[in-house]
Amino acid sequence: MHPLLDRIQQAFSSGITGLAEWRGDVAVTVSRDKLHEVAQFLRDDPWMDFDYIVHVSSVDWPDDEERFEVVWEFYSIRKRHRIRLKARVPESDCVVDSLTDLWKGADFMEREVYDMMGIRFRNHPDLRRILMPDDYTEGYPLRKDFPLRGKGWRDTFEFLDEISR
Amino acid sequence: MAFEDQRTTVYKIDPEHPESESLPTLRTEELLLNMGPQHPSTHGVLKVILELEGERLVKSTPVMGYLHRGVEKLAEDGTYHQFIPHTDRLDYVCAMYNNFAYCRAVEKLLNLQVPERAEYLRTIVAEVQRIIGHQFWLGAQALDIGAMTVFFYTFRDREILLDWFNELCGARLTTSWYRIGGVERDLTPALIDKLKQFLEYFPAKIDEYQVFLEKNRIWIGRTKGVAVISAEDAVSFGLSGPVLRGSGVDYDLRKYEPYSAYPKCEFSVPVGKNGDTYDRYWIRVMELYESVKIIRQCLEQMQEGPIMADAPSVTLPPKERVFTNLEAMIQQFKLFSQGFDAPPGEIYCGTEAHKGELGFYIVSTGGGKPYRLKIRAPSFVHMGAFDHMARGYMISDACTIFGTYDIVMGECDR
Repeated sequence: MHPLLDRIQQAFSSGITGLAEWRGDVAVTVSRDKLHEVAQFLRDDPWMDFDYIVHVSSVDWPDDEERFEVVWEFYSIRKRHRIRLKARVPESDCVVDSLTDLWKGADFMEREVYDMMGIRFRNHPDLRRILMPDDYTEGYPLRKDFPLRGKGWRDTFEFLDEISR
Repeated sequence: MAFEDQRTTVYKIDPEHPESESLPTLRTEELLLNMGPQHPSTHGVLKVILELEGERLVKSTPVMGYLHRGVEKLAEDGTYHQFIPHTDRLDYVCAMYNNFAYCRAVEKLLNLQVPERAEYLRTIVAEVQRIIGHQFWLGAQALDIGAMTVFFYTFRDREILLDWFNELCGARLTTSWYRIGGVERDLTPALIDKLKQFLEYFPAKIDEYQVFLEKNRIWIGRTKGVAVISAEDAVSFGLSGPVLRGSGVDYDLRKYEPYSAYPKCEFSVPVGKNGDTYDRYWIRVMELYESVKIIRQCLEQMQEGPIMADAPSVTLPPKERVFTNLEAMIQQFKLFSQGFDAPPGEIYCGTEAHKGELGFYIVSTGGGKPYRLKIRAPSFVHMGAFDHMARGYMISDACTIFGTYDIVMGECDR
Protein backbone atom coordinates (compact mmCIF):
# COMPACT_ATOMS: atom_id res chain seq x y z
CA MET A 1 0.00 0.00 0.00
CA HIS A 2 1.04 3.59 -0.60
CA PRO A 3 3.03 4.97 2.40
CA LEU A 4 0.63 7.91 2.75
CA LEU A 5 -2.33 5.58 3.10
CA ASP A 6 -0.40 3.46 5.60
CA ARG A 7 0.26 6.45 7.76
CA ILE A 8 -3.35 7.63 7.67
CA GLN A 9 -4.57 4.19 8.61
CA GLN A 10 -2.20 4.09 11.55
CA ALA A 11 -3.20 7.53 12.77
CA PHE A 12 -6.95 6.94 12.70
CA SER A 13 -8.56 3.85 14.16
CA SER A 14 -12.04 4.83 13.02
CA GLY A 15 -13.62 7.20 10.58
CA ILE A 16 -11.67 6.07 7.51
CA THR A 17 -14.12 4.27 5.25
CA GLY A 18 -12.01 3.73 2.19
CA LEU A 19 -8.46 3.86 0.89
CA ALA A 20 -7.73 3.64 -2.80
CA GLU A 21 -4.89 3.99 -5.23
CA TRP A 22 -5.60 4.08 -8.94
CA ARG A 23 -3.48 5.36 -11.82
CA GLY A 24 -1.07 6.81 -9.25
CA ASP A 25 -3.77 8.88 -7.55
CA VAL A 26 -4.17 8.31 -3.83
CA ALA A 27 -7.65 8.73 -2.36
CA VAL A 28 -9.01 8.56 1.18
CA THR A 29 -12.70 8.39 2.02
CA VAL A 30 -13.64 9.56 5.49
CA SER A 31 -16.89 9.68 7.39
CA ARG A 32 -18.41 13.12 7.63
CA ASP A 33 -17.87 13.67 11.35
CA LYS A 34 -14.14 12.90 11.11
CA LEU A 35 -13.57 15.08 8.07
CA HIS A 36 -12.18 18.17 9.76
CA GLU A 37 -9.95 16.10 12.00
CA VAL A 38 -8.45 14.17 9.09
CA ALA A 39 -8.00 17.36 7.09
CA GLN A 40 -6.18 18.96 10.00
CA PHE A 41 -3.94 15.90 10.22
CA LEU A 42 -3.21 16.10 6.48
CA ARG A 43 -2.15 19.69 6.82
CA ASP A 44 -0.21 19.59 10.08
CA ASP A 45 1.42 16.17 10.20
CA PRO A 46 5.08 16.52 9.14
CA TRP A 47 4.87 13.39 6.97
CA MET A 48 1.79 14.64 5.18
CA ASP A 49 2.43 18.40 5.01
CA PHE A 50 -0.37 19.15 2.57
CA ASP A 51 -0.19 22.93 2.51
CA TYR A 52 -1.68 23.52 -0.94
CA ILE A 53 -5.34 23.11 -1.85
CA VAL A 54 -5.88 22.08 -5.45
CA HIS A 55 -9.64 21.93 -5.85
CA VAL A 56 -12.92 21.17 -4.12
CA SER A 57 -15.44 19.27 -6.15
CA SER A 58 -18.55 17.18 -5.76
CA VAL A 59 -20.13 14.17 -7.41
CA ASP A 60 -23.80 13.28 -7.43
CA TRP A 61 -24.75 9.58 -7.10
CA PRO A 62 -28.58 9.71 -7.08
CA ASP A 63 -29.05 5.98 -6.46
CA ASP A 64 -26.86 5.80 -3.37
CA GLU A 65 -28.11 6.15 0.16
CA GLU A 66 -25.61 8.91 0.84
CA ARG A 67 -26.18 10.77 -2.37
CA PHE A 68 -23.38 13.34 -2.61
CA GLU A 69 -19.67 12.96 -2.54
CA VAL A 70 -17.51 15.98 -1.74
CA VAL A 71 -13.97 15.76 -3.02
CA TRP A 72 -10.92 17.75 -1.92
CA GLU A 73 -7.56 17.50 -3.59
CA PHE A 74 -4.38 18.54 -1.79
CA TYR A 75 -0.76 18.90 -2.76
CA SER A 76 2.36 19.32 -0.69
CA ILE A 77 4.76 21.94 -2.02
CA ARG A 78 7.65 20.64 0.08
CA LYS A 79 7.05 16.89 -0.16
CA ARG A 80 5.65 17.01 -3.70
CA HIS A 81 2.88 14.50 -3.32
CA ARG A 82 -0.88 14.60 -3.81
CA ILE A 83 -3.87 13.19 -2.04
CA ARG A 84 -7.61 13.17 -2.58
CA LEU A 85 -9.98 13.36 0.36
CA LYS A 86 -13.61 12.34 -0.03
CA ALA A 87 -16.66 12.40 2.21
CA ARG A 88 -20.23 11.26 1.55
CA VAL A 89 -23.29 13.32 2.45
CA PRO A 90 -26.96 12.23 2.41
CA GLU A 91 -29.48 14.40 0.59
CA SER A 92 -31.63 14.94 3.68
CA ASP A 93 -28.77 16.57 5.57
CA CYS A 94 -26.46 18.14 3.02
CA VAL A 95 -23.85 19.60 5.36
CA VAL A 96 -20.10 19.10 5.75
CA ASP A 97 -17.50 20.98 7.72
CA SER A 98 -15.87 23.82 5.88
CA LEU A 99 -12.10 23.68 5.56
CA THR A 100 -11.70 27.42 5.08
CA ASP A 101 -9.97 27.69 8.45
CA LEU A 102 -7.22 25.35 7.23
CA TRP A 103 -6.80 26.48 3.63
CA LYS A 104 -7.84 30.00 2.67
CA GLY A 105 -8.40 29.02 -0.94
CA ALA A 106 -11.22 26.69 0.11
CA ASP A 107 -13.50 29.73 0.42
CA PHE A 108 -14.33 30.24 -3.26
CA MET A 109 -14.04 26.55 -4.11
CA GLU A 110 -16.60 25.56 -1.48
CA ARG A 111 -18.90 28.34 -2.61
CA GLU A 112 -18.78 26.86 -6.07
CA VAL A 113 -19.69 23.42 -4.76
CA TYR A 114 -22.60 24.94 -2.83
CA ASP A 115 -23.73 26.81 -5.91
CA MET A 116 -23.53 23.87 -8.28
CA MET A 117 -24.51 20.96 -6.06
CA GLY A 118 -26.32 22.47 -3.07
CA ILE A 119 -24.02 21.10 -0.39
CA ARG A 120 -23.73 23.37 2.63
CA PHE A 121 -20.48 23.98 4.46
CA ARG A 122 -20.63 24.44 8.20
CA ASN A 123 -18.66 27.47 9.49
CA HIS A 124 -18.07 28.86 6.02
CA PRO A 125 -17.67 32.65 6.35
CA ASP A 126 -19.67 33.67 3.31
CA LEU A 127 -21.69 30.84 1.78
CA ARG A 128 -23.45 32.42 -1.20
CA ARG A 129 -23.92 31.44 -4.81
CA ILE A 130 -20.90 32.33 -6.86
CA LEU A 131 -21.46 31.53 -10.54
CA MET A 132 -25.25 31.53 -10.72
CA PRO A 133 -27.16 34.73 -9.84
CA ASP A 134 -27.87 35.34 -6.15
CA ASP A 135 -31.62 35.18 -6.72
CA TYR A 136 -31.52 31.95 -8.71
CA THR A 137 -34.18 29.60 -7.35
CA GLU A 138 -34.30 26.85 -9.93
CA GLY A 139 -32.09 24.42 -8.06
CA TYR A 140 -28.52 23.25 -8.34
CA PRO A 141 -27.35 22.81 -11.93
CA LEU A 142 -24.84 20.00 -11.58
CA ARG A 143 -27.21 17.60 -9.81
CA LYS A 144 -28.09 14.69 -12.02
CA ASP A 145 -31.82 15.44 -11.82
CA PHE A 146 -31.30 18.94 -13.22
CA PRO A 147 -32.09 18.82 -16.93
CA LEU A 148 -29.38 19.81 -19.41
CA ARG A 149 -31.65 22.42 -20.99
CA GLY A 150 -32.26 24.11 -17.64
CA LYS A 151 -35.39 24.68 -15.65
CA GLY A 152 -37.97 27.40 -15.19
CA TRP A 153 -38.72 30.05 -17.75
CA ARG A 154 -36.57 28.35 -20.37
CA ASP A 155 -39.10 25.52 -20.46
CA THR A 156 -41.43 27.87 -22.28
CA PHE A 157 -38.99 28.23 -25.18
CA GLU A 158 -40.04 26.50 -28.35
CA PHE A 159 -37.26 24.12 -29.30
CA LEU A 160 -37.19 22.71 -32.81
CA ASP A 161 -37.12 18.97 -32.65
CA GLU A 162 -34.46 17.00 -34.46
CA ILE A 163 -36.59 16.07 -37.47
CA SER A 164 -38.11 19.40 -38.37
CA ARG A 165 -34.67 21.02 -38.21
CA MET B 1 -32.24 65.30 5.25
CA ALA B 2 -28.77 64.03 5.99
CA PHE B 3 -27.89 60.51 4.94
CA GLU B 4 -27.60 58.45 8.10
CA ASP B 5 -25.57 55.33 8.18
CA GLN B 6 -23.53 53.57 10.78
CA ARG B 7 -20.41 54.17 8.83
CA THR B 8 -21.03 57.89 8.58
CA THR B 9 -18.80 59.99 10.77
CA VAL B 10 -19.13 63.76 11.16
CA TYR B 11 -15.93 65.63 11.76
CA LYS B 12 -15.48 69.16 12.99
CA ILE B 13 -12.92 70.82 10.80
CA ASP B 14 -11.09 72.24 13.80
CA PRO B 15 -12.54 71.38 17.21
CA GLU B 16 -10.04 73.65 18.99
CA HIS B 17 -11.23 76.77 17.18
CA PRO B 18 -13.13 79.21 19.47
CA GLU B 19 -16.00 79.41 16.97
CA SER B 20 -15.96 75.68 16.26
CA GLU B 21 -19.75 75.37 16.61
CA SER B 22 -20.48 77.73 13.76
CA LEU B 23 -17.87 76.28 11.35
CA PRO B 24 -19.09 73.86 8.67
CA THR B 25 -18.63 70.15 9.37
CA LEU B 26 -17.17 67.40 7.20
CA ARG B 27 -18.89 64.10 6.74
CA THR B 28 -17.00 60.95 5.76
CA GLU B 29 -18.43 57.57 4.98
CA GLU B 30 -17.35 54.38 3.30
CA LEU B 31 -18.29 54.34 -0.32
CA LEU B 32 -19.44 51.35 -2.31
CA LEU B 33 -18.29 51.37 -5.90
CA ASN B 34 -19.20 48.87 -8.59
CA MET B 35 -16.27 48.22 -10.85
CA GLY B 36 -17.58 46.38 -13.85
CA PRO B 37 -19.36 44.34 -15.20
CA GLN B 38 -18.17 46.25 -18.25
CA HIS B 39 -14.72 47.54 -17.56
CA PRO B 40 -11.86 47.38 -20.04
CA SER B 41 -9.36 45.99 -17.58
CA THR B 42 -11.39 43.01 -16.40
CA HIS B 43 -10.76 41.08 -19.64
CA GLY B 44 -14.26 39.76 -19.80
CA VAL B 45 -17.37 40.40 -17.79
CA LEU B 46 -16.57 40.67 -14.11
CA LYS B 47 -17.90 42.93 -11.43
CA VAL B 48 -16.09 43.77 -8.24
CA ILE B 49 -17.87 45.64 -5.48
CA LEU B 50 -15.27 47.84 -3.86
CA GLU B 51 -15.71 49.26 -0.38
CA LEU B 52 -13.69 52.41 -0.26
CA GLU B 53 -12.38 54.68 2.38
CA GLY B 54 -11.25 57.68 0.44
CA GLU B 55 -9.35 56.09 -2.40
CA ARG B 56 -8.22 53.06 -0.42
CA LEU B 57 -9.81 49.65 -0.86
CA VAL B 58 -11.19 48.35 2.41
CA LYS B 59 -12.90 45.28 1.06
CA SER B 60 -13.64 43.96 -2.38
CA THR B 61 -16.21 41.36 -3.33
CA PRO B 62 -15.87 39.79 -6.76
CA VAL B 63 -19.20 39.01 -8.45
CA MET B 64 -18.61 36.37 -11.08
CA GLY B 65 -20.62 34.14 -13.32
CA TYR B 66 -21.53 36.51 -16.14
CA LEU B 67 -19.84 34.13 -18.54
CA HIS B 68 -21.06 30.92 -16.93
CA ARG B 69 -22.05 28.50 -19.67
CA GLY B 70 -22.30 25.29 -17.72
CA VAL B 71 -19.33 23.65 -19.42
CA GLU B 72 -19.08 20.98 -16.71
CA LYS B 73 -22.71 20.04 -17.25
CA LEU B 74 -22.22 19.95 -21.01
CA ALA B 75 -19.27 17.62 -20.57
CA GLU B 76 -21.51 15.05 -18.94
CA ASP B 77 -23.66 14.96 -22.04
CA GLY B 78 -20.97 14.50 -24.69
CA THR B 79 -18.37 11.88 -25.46
CA TYR B 80 -14.74 12.42 -24.50
CA HIS B 81 -13.80 13.40 -28.05
CA GLN B 82 -16.69 15.82 -28.33
CA PHE B 83 -15.52 17.80 -25.35
CA ILE B 84 -12.19 18.87 -26.88
CA PRO B 85 -13.61 21.91 -28.74
CA HIS B 86 -15.40 23.00 -25.57
CA THR B 87 -12.06 23.28 -23.78
CA ASP B 88 -10.94 25.88 -26.35
CA ARG B 89 -13.60 28.19 -25.03
CA LEU B 90 -12.42 28.04 -21.44
CA ASP B 91 -9.33 30.15 -21.70
CA TYR B 92 -9.94 31.45 -25.20
CA VAL B 93 -6.62 33.29 -25.26
CA CYS B 94 -4.70 30.03 -24.91
CA ALA B 95 -6.85 27.32 -26.41
CA MET B 96 -4.00 24.92 -27.20
CA TYR B 97 -2.98 24.51 -23.60
CA ASN B 98 -6.54 23.74 -22.54
CA ASN B 99 -6.78 21.02 -25.18
CA PHE B 100 -3.46 19.68 -23.99
CA ALA B 101 -4.53 19.57 -20.35
CA TYR B 102 -7.79 17.85 -21.20
CA CYS B 103 -6.24 15.26 -23.52
CA ARG B 104 -3.64 14.47 -20.89
CA ALA B 105 -6.34 13.89 -18.29
CA VAL B 106 -8.25 11.52 -20.57
CA GLU B 107 -5.04 9.69 -21.44
CA LYS B 108 -4.34 9.23 -17.77
CA LEU B 109 -7.83 7.81 -17.34
CA LEU B 110 -7.28 5.41 -20.24
CA ASN B 111 -3.64 4.72 -19.35
CA LEU B 112 -2.71 5.56 -22.91
CA GLN B 113 0.88 6.06 -24.04
CA VAL B 114 1.47 8.81 -26.56
CA PRO B 115 4.22 8.19 -29.17
CA GLU B 116 7.42 10.14 -28.78
CA ARG B 117 7.09 12.38 -31.81
CA ALA B 118 3.60 13.38 -30.72
CA GLU B 119 4.97 14.29 -27.29
CA TYR B 120 7.55 16.57 -28.88
CA LEU B 121 4.96 18.15 -31.16
CA ARG B 122 2.69 18.72 -28.19
CA THR B 123 5.45 20.36 -26.22
CA ILE B 124 6.45 22.62 -29.10
CA VAL B 125 2.92 23.83 -29.72
CA ALA B 126 2.21 24.19 -26.00
CA GLU B 127 5.26 26.40 -25.60
CA VAL B 128 4.28 28.45 -28.65
CA GLN B 129 0.95 28.91 -26.92
CA ARG B 130 2.70 29.94 -23.73
CA ILE B 131 4.60 32.60 -25.66
CA ILE B 132 1.31 33.86 -27.12
CA GLY B 133 -0.28 33.90 -23.68
CA HIS B 134 2.57 35.82 -22.09
CA GLN B 135 2.72 38.26 -25.00
CA PHE B 136 -0.97 38.90 -24.62
CA TRP B 137 -0.55 39.37 -20.90
CA LEU B 138 2.41 41.71 -21.29
CA GLY B 139 0.57 43.95 -23.73
CA ALA B 140 -2.79 43.94 -22.02
CA GLN B 141 -1.48 44.38 -18.50
CA ALA B 142 0.67 47.33 -19.47
CA LEU B 143 -2.27 48.81 -21.36
CA ASP B 144 -4.51 48.46 -18.31
CA ILE B 145 -2.21 50.59 -16.23
CA GLY B 146 -1.55 53.15 -18.89
CA ALA B 147 1.57 52.02 -20.76
CA MET B 148 0.22 51.71 -24.26
CA THR B 149 3.23 51.27 -26.50
CA VAL B 150 4.29 47.75 -25.61
CA PHE B 151 0.84 46.47 -26.51
CA PHE B 152 1.44 47.17 -30.21
CA TYR B 153 4.80 45.45 -30.16
CA THR B 154 3.64 42.29 -28.40
CA PHE B 155 0.59 42.04 -30.62
CA ARG B 156 2.73 42.45 -33.73
CA ASP B 157 4.74 39.38 -32.74
CA ARG B 158 1.71 37.49 -31.45
CA GLU B 159 0.16 37.89 -34.89
CA ILE B 160 3.06 35.91 -36.44
CA LEU B 161 2.37 32.98 -34.14
CA LEU B 162 -1.39 33.15 -34.62
CA ASP B 163 -0.85 32.94 -38.37
CA TRP B 164 1.41 29.98 -37.69
CA PHE B 165 -1.44 28.34 -35.77
CA ASN B 166 -3.75 29.15 -38.64
CA GLU B 167 -1.48 27.28 -41.00
CA LEU B 168 -1.11 24.42 -38.54
CA CYS B 169 -4.75 23.71 -37.81
CA GLY B 170 -6.93 26.22 -39.65
CA ALA B 171 -7.83 28.37 -36.68
CA ARG B 172 -6.14 31.21 -34.88
CA LEU B 173 -7.74 31.17 -31.46
CA THR B 174 -10.12 28.26 -31.00
CA THR B 175 -7.73 25.67 -32.26
CA SER B 176 -8.55 22.04 -31.28
CA TRP B 177 -5.38 20.53 -32.62
CA TYR B 178 -4.66 18.09 -29.80
CA ARG B 179 -6.38 14.72 -29.92
CA ILE B 180 -6.73 11.99 -27.32
CA GLY B 181 -3.69 9.82 -27.96
CA GLY B 182 -1.72 12.27 -30.06
CA VAL B 183 -2.15 15.26 -32.31
CA GLU B 184 -4.28 15.94 -35.33
CA ARG B 185 -1.54 16.55 -37.90
CA ASP B 186 2.20 16.80 -38.18
CA LEU B 187 4.26 19.93 -38.64
CA THR B 188 5.13 20.45 -42.29
CA PRO B 189 8.72 21.43 -43.21
CA ALA B 190 7.42 24.90 -44.09
CA LEU B 191 5.95 25.31 -40.63
CA ILE B 192 9.17 24.16 -38.99
CA ASP B 193 11.12 26.69 -41.07
CA LYS B 194 8.77 29.46 -40.07
CA LEU B 195 9.06 28.54 -36.43
CA LYS B 196 12.85 28.47 -36.64
CA GLN B 197 12.81 31.91 -38.23
CA PHE B 198 10.62 33.15 -35.43
CA LEU B 199 12.96 31.73 -32.80
CA GLU B 200 15.83 33.63 -34.42
CA TYR B 201 13.84 36.83 -34.49
CA PHE B 202 12.07 36.67 -31.14
CA PRO B 203 14.70 36.93 -28.32
CA ALA B 204 15.74 40.40 -29.49
CA LYS B 205 12.08 41.40 -29.37
CA ILE B 206 11.75 40.27 -25.75
CA ASP B 207 14.60 42.64 -24.90
CA GLU B 208 12.66 45.33 -26.71
CA TYR B 209 9.51 44.78 -24.62
CA GLN B 210 11.57 45.02 -21.46
CA VAL B 211 13.06 48.35 -22.49
CA PHE B 212 9.61 49.82 -22.99
CA LEU B 213 8.47 48.87 -19.52
CA GLU B 214 11.52 48.85 -17.31
CA LYS B 215 12.53 52.35 -18.37
CA ASN B 216 9.01 53.63 -17.74
CA ARG B 217 8.95 55.20 -14.30
CA ILE B 218 5.19 55.32 -14.09
CA TRP B 219 4.83 51.65 -14.96
CA ILE B 220 7.51 50.71 -12.42
CA GLY B 221 5.78 52.81 -9.78
CA ARG B 222 2.52 51.07 -10.43
CA THR B 223 3.90 47.53 -10.32
CA LYS B 224 6.73 47.48 -7.75
CA GLY B 225 5.34 46.76 -4.31
CA VAL B 226 1.76 46.54 -5.60
CA ALA B 227 -0.49 43.55 -4.83
CA VAL B 228 2.06 41.85 -2.61
CA ILE B 229 1.21 38.38 -1.34
CA SER B 230 3.43 36.37 0.97
CA ALA B 231 4.54 32.86 0.04
CA GLU B 232 2.56 31.34 2.88
CA ASP B 233 -0.67 33.06 1.88
CA ALA B 234 -0.15 32.31 -1.79
CA VAL B 235 0.17 28.60 -1.02
CA SER B 236 -2.82 28.63 1.32
CA PHE B 237 -4.97 30.29 -1.34
CA GLY B 238 -3.93 27.67 -3.87
CA LEU B 239 -2.48 30.18 -6.31
CA SER B 240 -0.36 28.71 -9.07
CA GLY B 241 1.78 29.59 -12.05
CA PRO B 242 3.66 32.90 -12.18
CA VAL B 243 1.48 34.33 -9.39
CA LEU B 244 2.72 31.70 -6.96
CA ARG B 245 6.28 31.69 -8.25
CA GLY B 246 6.38 35.48 -7.88
CA SER B 247 6.12 34.95 -4.13
CA GLY B 248 9.18 32.73 -4.16
CA VAL B 249 7.51 29.32 -4.17
CA ASP B 250 9.15 26.99 -6.63
CA TYR B 251 6.16 25.13 -8.01
CA ASP B 252 6.06 24.22 -11.66
CA LEU B 253 4.42 21.00 -12.79
CA ARG B 254 6.58 20.89 -15.90
CA LYS B 255 9.53 20.38 -13.59
CA TYR B 256 8.14 18.50 -10.61
CA GLU B 257 5.54 16.27 -12.21
CA PRO B 258 7.19 16.16 -15.62
CA TYR B 259 5.05 15.24 -18.58
CA SER B 260 5.30 15.14 -22.36
CA ALA B 261 8.77 16.05 -23.62
CA TYR B 262 9.59 18.45 -20.78
CA PRO B 263 11.81 15.99 -18.88
CA LYS B 264 14.02 15.70 -21.98
CA CYS B 265 14.52 19.45 -22.21
CA GLU B 266 16.77 21.62 -20.13
CA PHE B 267 15.12 24.73 -18.83
CA SER B 268 14.97 26.67 -15.62
CA VAL B 269 11.98 27.88 -13.65
CA PRO B 270 12.31 31.55 -12.74
CA VAL B 271 11.23 32.28 -9.17
CA GLY B 272 10.60 35.74 -7.76
CA LYS B 273 11.34 37.18 -4.34
CA ASN B 274 9.01 40.00 -3.36
CA GLY B 275 5.63 38.60 -4.42
CA ASP B 276 4.63 41.84 -6.12
CA THR B 277 3.34 42.58 -9.60
CA TYR B 278 6.79 43.46 -10.85
CA ASP B 279 8.18 40.04 -9.89
CA ARG B 280 5.34 38.32 -11.66
CA TYR B 281 6.09 40.40 -14.73
CA TRP B 282 9.75 39.46 -14.52
CA ILE B 283 8.88 35.76 -14.27
CA ARG B 284 6.69 35.89 -17.33
CA VAL B 285 9.37 37.64 -19.36
CA MET B 286 11.98 35.09 -18.26
CA GLU B 287 9.57 32.31 -19.20
CA LEU B 288 9.48 33.72 -22.72
CA TYR B 289 13.22 33.06 -22.99
CA GLU B 290 12.77 29.61 -21.45
CA SER B 291 10.00 28.75 -23.91
CA VAL B 292 12.26 29.69 -26.81
CA LYS B 293 14.91 27.38 -25.34
CA ILE B 294 12.44 24.50 -24.94
CA ILE B 295 11.13 24.81 -28.50
CA ARG B 296 14.70 24.88 -29.88
CA GLN B 297 15.62 21.72 -27.99
CA CYS B 298 12.45 19.93 -29.07
CA LEU B 299 13.03 20.79 -32.71
CA GLU B 300 16.56 19.42 -32.45
CA GLN B 301 15.68 16.22 -30.61
CA MET B 302 12.50 15.33 -32.48
CA GLN B 303 12.71 12.15 -34.56
CA GLU B 304 10.40 10.85 -37.26
CA GLY B 305 7.62 8.61 -36.03
CA PRO B 306 3.90 8.20 -35.59
CA ILE B 307 1.90 11.10 -34.23
CA MET B 308 -1.01 9.10 -32.86
CA ALA B 309 -1.04 6.29 -30.32
CA ASP B 310 -1.66 2.81 -31.70
CA ALA B 311 -5.01 2.23 -30.00
CA PRO B 312 -7.67 2.18 -32.72
CA SER B 313 -10.51 1.60 -30.27
CA VAL B 314 -9.82 4.97 -28.68
CA THR B 315 -7.98 7.25 -31.11
CA LEU B 316 -9.44 8.81 -34.20
CA PRO B 317 -8.37 7.38 -37.56
CA PRO B 318 -6.25 9.71 -39.73
CA LYS B 319 -8.30 12.21 -41.74
CA GLU B 320 -7.15 10.92 -45.17
CA ARG B 321 -8.42 7.48 -44.32
CA VAL B 322 -11.74 8.81 -43.06
CA PHE B 323 -12.36 10.30 -46.49
CA THR B 324 -11.27 7.25 -48.47
CA ASN B 325 -12.01 4.21 -46.37
CA LEU B 326 -15.45 3.11 -45.22
CA GLU B 327 -14.30 1.34 -42.04
CA ALA B 328 -12.32 4.36 -40.94
CA MET B 329 -15.34 6.57 -41.50
CA ILE B 330 -17.58 4.29 -39.46
CA GLN B 331 -14.96 4.22 -36.74
CA GLN B 332 -14.73 8.01 -36.65
CA PHE B 333 -18.51 8.27 -36.55
CA LYS B 334 -18.77 5.76 -33.71
CA LEU B 335 -16.07 7.43 -31.66
CA PHE B 336 -17.84 10.76 -31.86
CA SER B 337 -21.41 9.59 -31.39
CA GLN B 338 -21.01 6.73 -28.91
CA GLY B 339 -17.50 7.21 -27.68
CA PHE B 340 -15.10 4.59 -26.40
CA ASP B 341 -15.56 2.55 -23.30
CA ALA B 342 -13.52 4.26 -20.60
CA PRO B 343 -12.61 2.21 -17.51
CA PRO B 344 -14.52 3.13 -14.34
CA GLY B 345 -12.48 5.18 -11.91
CA GLU B 346 -11.46 8.71 -11.15
CA ILE B 347 -8.36 10.72 -11.87
CA TYR B 348 -7.05 14.20 -11.40
CA CYS B 349 -4.50 15.50 -13.84
CA GLY B 350 -2.92 18.93 -13.51
CA THR B 351 -1.01 20.66 -16.27
CA GLU B 352 1.08 23.80 -16.03
CA ALA B 353 -0.71 26.21 -18.34
CA HIS B 354 0.75 29.69 -18.64
CA LYS B 355 -1.75 31.03 -16.09
CA GLY B 356 -1.19 28.32 -13.54
CA GLU B 357 -2.27 24.80 -12.78
CA LEU B 358 -5.09 23.82 -15.11
CA GLY B 359 -6.50 20.55 -13.87
CA PHE B 360 -9.20 18.15 -14.90
CA TYR B 361 -10.87 15.85 -12.41
CA ILE B 362 -12.75 13.14 -14.28
CA VAL B 363 -15.04 10.56 -12.73
CA SER B 364 -15.91 7.72 -15.06
CA THR B 365 -18.41 4.93 -14.49
CA GLY B 366 -17.51 3.25 -17.76
CA GLY B 367 -19.11 4.05 -21.08
CA GLY B 368 -18.44 6.80 -23.56
CA LYS B 369 -19.25 9.87 -21.49
CA PRO B 370 -17.62 11.24 -18.35
CA TYR B 371 -19.87 10.87 -15.30
CA ARG B 372 -18.48 14.06 -13.81
CA LEU B 373 -15.87 16.41 -15.11
CA LYS B 374 -14.53 19.18 -12.95
CA ILE B 375 -12.25 21.87 -14.30
CA ARG B 376 -9.77 23.36 -11.90
CA ALA B 377 -9.32 26.75 -13.52
CA PRO B 378 -6.42 28.89 -12.27
CA SER B 379 -8.31 32.15 -12.91
CA PHE B 380 -11.12 31.09 -10.61
CA VAL B 381 -8.76 30.14 -7.81
CA HIS B 382 -6.84 33.38 -8.24
CA MET B 383 -10.01 35.43 -7.91
CA GLY B 384 -10.41 33.92 -4.45
CA ALA B 385 -7.34 35.84 -3.32
CA PHE B 386 -8.46 39.14 -4.84
CA ASP B 387 -9.86 40.62 -1.64
CA HIS B 388 -6.79 39.61 0.33
CA MET B 389 -4.40 41.11 -2.20
CA ALA B 390 -6.34 44.31 -2.83
CA ARG B 391 -6.77 45.49 0.75
CA GLY B 392 -5.14 48.80 1.44
CA TYR B 393 -4.29 49.62 -2.16
CA MET B 394 -5.83 52.35 -4.33
CA ILE B 395 -8.80 51.95 -6.69
CA SER B 396 -6.53 52.19 -9.69
CA ASP B 397 -4.47 49.29 -8.32
CA ALA B 398 -7.50 47.03 -8.72
CA CYS B 399 -6.73 47.05 -12.46
CA THR B 400 -3.15 46.03 -11.72
CA ILE B 401 -4.40 43.10 -9.67
CA PHE B 402 -6.73 41.81 -12.39
CA GLY B 403 -3.80 42.16 -14.70
CA THR B 404 -1.32 40.41 -12.47
CA TYR B 405 -3.49 37.27 -12.37
CA ASP B 406 -3.74 37.20 -16.14
CA ILE B 407 -7.43 36.63 -15.66
CA VAL B 408 -9.67 35.31 -18.42
CA MET B 409 -13.31 35.12 -17.50
CA GLY B 410 -14.16 32.31 -19.89
CA GLU B 411 -12.05 30.04 -17.75
CA CYS B 412 -13.05 31.61 -14.44
CA ASP B 413 -16.81 31.22 -14.96
CA ARG B 414 -16.71 28.13 -17.15
